[in-house]
Amino acid sequence: MIGMIFILSYCLIGLVRIILQLPKEDRKRFFMSLVNPKTMAKNIRDIFCDCLFHVKLWKRNKLLGYMHSSIAFGWFMLIVIGHIEVLLYTPHRAKLFYFPIFFRYFVAETESTMRGAFFFFLMDFFLLMVLSGIFLAMFKRLQSRLFGMRRTTNPSFLDLVGLYSLWAIFPLRLLAEGFTADISGGSFLTKSLNYVLNSFLSDHTNMLPAWWAYSCALGVFFIVLPFTRYMHIPTEILLIPLRNAGIKIRNARKGFAKAEVYSCPSCGLCIDACPMGVMKTHIKDTTVYLNRQIRRNNERRIEEISDKCLLCGKCSAICPVGVEGDKLRIAQRSLRKYSVNPDYADISSDALSVHAEGKVLYYAGCMTALTPVIRKSMESILKKAGIAYELMDRDGGICCGRPMMMAGRFDQAREMIERNTRIIKDSGATTLLLTCPICYRIFKEKYHLDGIEIIHHTEYIDRLVRSGSLKISRDDRKYVYHDPCELGRGCGIYEQPREVLSCAGELVEAAKNRKESICCGGSLGSLTLGFDKRKAMTENALANLTVAAPDVIVTACPLCRSTFNRYADLPVEDIAETIDKKCV
Amino acid sequence: MMDFGFKISPSSAINLDNADLSLYDELCKAEPDICKCMACGSCSAACPANRFSGMSVRKLIIDLQRGKKKEAVKMLSDCMLCGKCTMVCPRGINTRHLILSICKLYKED
Repeated sequence: MIGMIFILSYCLIGLVRIILQLPKEDRKRFFMSLVNPKTMAKNIRDIFCDCLFHVKLWKRNKLLGYMHSSIAFGWFMLIVIGHIEVLLYTPHRAKLFYFPIFFRYFVAETESTMRGAFFFFLMDFFLLMVLSGIFLAMFKRLQSRLFGMRRTTNPSFLDLVGLYSLWAIFPLRLLAEGFTADISGGSFLTKSLNYVLNSFLSDHTNMLPAWWAYSCALGVFFIVLPFTRYMHIPTEILLIPLRNAGIKIRNARKGFAKAEVYSCPSCGLCIDACPMGVMKTHIKDTTVYLNRQIRRNNERRIEEISDKCLLCGKCSAICPVGVEGDKLRIAQRSLRKYSVNPDYADISSDALSVHAEGKVLYYAGCMTALTPVIRKSMESILKKAGIAYELMDRDGGICCGRPMMMAGRFDQAREMIERNTRIIKDSGATTLLLTCPICYRIFKEKYHLDGIEIIHHTEYIDRLVRSGSLKISRDDRKYVYHDPCELGRGCGIYEQPREVLSCAGELVEAAKNRKESICCGGSLGSLTLGFDKRKAMTENALANLTVAAPDVIVTACPLCRSTFNRYADLPVEDIAETIDKKCV
Repeated sequence: MMDFGFKISPSSAINLDNADLSLYDELCKAEPDICKCMACGSCSAACPANRFSGMSVRKLIIDLQRGKKKEAVKMLSDCMLCGKCTMVCPRGINTRHLILSICKLYKED
């Protein structure tokens, strides 16, 4: 009872605080989306699919999915049916919300009609479902590998208290209902337990400690809930409508970011996903631990964790709740104060301007400048296809701004974006071609080029092949395609490069590919990790790529190419190189 | 003084005894890797900002070691943080993080 009131008021205060912390326009957007029938339907569907049935977990691992949905859905149904029962038998008591929970204790009525038996059967059925889930959860503590998880989170003390009280609730409920089954009725589970108990404990006063223990376990669980990982249960219900309203992280600790942090169930799926996880020393730098430290306001650890991350975005891609680990970290980085702030106003525009009226403008970017073979191949492809193009940064140019963005210095990044936008608009080009996914992502997300098409070279080559401007000769070599983080997870381009490669030869897949591809380890996202400390990650990513025994590793990112090239036994090529060699 | 049509250029010698290196010492504590720099200049060669502004991490480090704060800060104001210098550094110095640390420690004046 106390637990219930406590948790309800806590959730309510939390809800109001998060909504108040949202910026004004976001708040307006959120409330508008709540009355919009389309998003309303989406909210309800998402809440049912994610909070009750855990569809994403089912897709990951059947046992894990069953464990979660049995506990969540089973408990939900127990509450619903409990309320229906109360409404049917004692409608005048329905207002007391603790009544359905302890229904069997208060109501001493044996129901032998069909309807009663049906409800009792349902109650017992869902109780059994929850119990099976709890049993699986206990088993998972010992053998998480069977659930598709190599490593799980180290629970904190309060998490353990919450966990054990959650485990205790349902067996105790079974016991308590078992004691009272002959008085208040029961079904296959509780009735049969009642016979067993009656055989050696016939006194009905025995039921009191069982009911007491049940209500204590329930109370403890609800009281510790806000301070444990189980806070994700109520928070997720808030997070889903917020996300569906299109709200983004604006403040590192408040509003949407806070909702995400508290929605983290500490499940630890991100530990296995993290490319840094190959080294034991980095396990505590994964998103679960970031969320835990943000809850605890441990500034030193928050800084350490958020600066080390490669920002590959895999934790966000696999997170069953939808916590965006990469964006949360960038937001933490944006809190840093710097006393020297770069300013690009004094870079003269004359040296940078290009003329490309009606042509394709090719922005190679600084990473392609370090791997000139990609630029040469791309230019050769453009020439072979007879495309009129102009290079924007033959002798270097202004950076796209993405590395600055990843360091959390938004004002400086915005300044670079403005400079580049002006150069591109003044050039008169119709298409902007990019060979670097890092540039491509920020061009897609943050640049407003009104009408100028922004295209990555994988898409462009695919288009050239389809339109017949490029003829590719096939051979029988096996190619494996590595999805660069920024191109795949960042921009959702998975198909075009595969289409192109399957024209050039046999395409094989890596063990983990597409959304779950493993970062090459070269990412510019990490601020503190030196390049000498990343060998293990690159080797792990290479091992993942070579499972199907390919002849060539093909990627579409100059950074991945140069990182892999350092340690690979196989030739590593950019997709432009491969196609340039094969087209006539 | 007699005008010969030319004169002796002012000395560019830096008296390290007079230079204030307290900030540099602090930086060395935060970024011990800075001592690894052998001034090979790979970072300057790879820097895309070098063409417009003469940005050079090698020069930056030398300036800091000599206590020329003003020049160092001025040079930093053109850095785009693209990280090319980190990738090419043969000594494995994380120059990108070094630059951020300098941005935190030193002040514009």
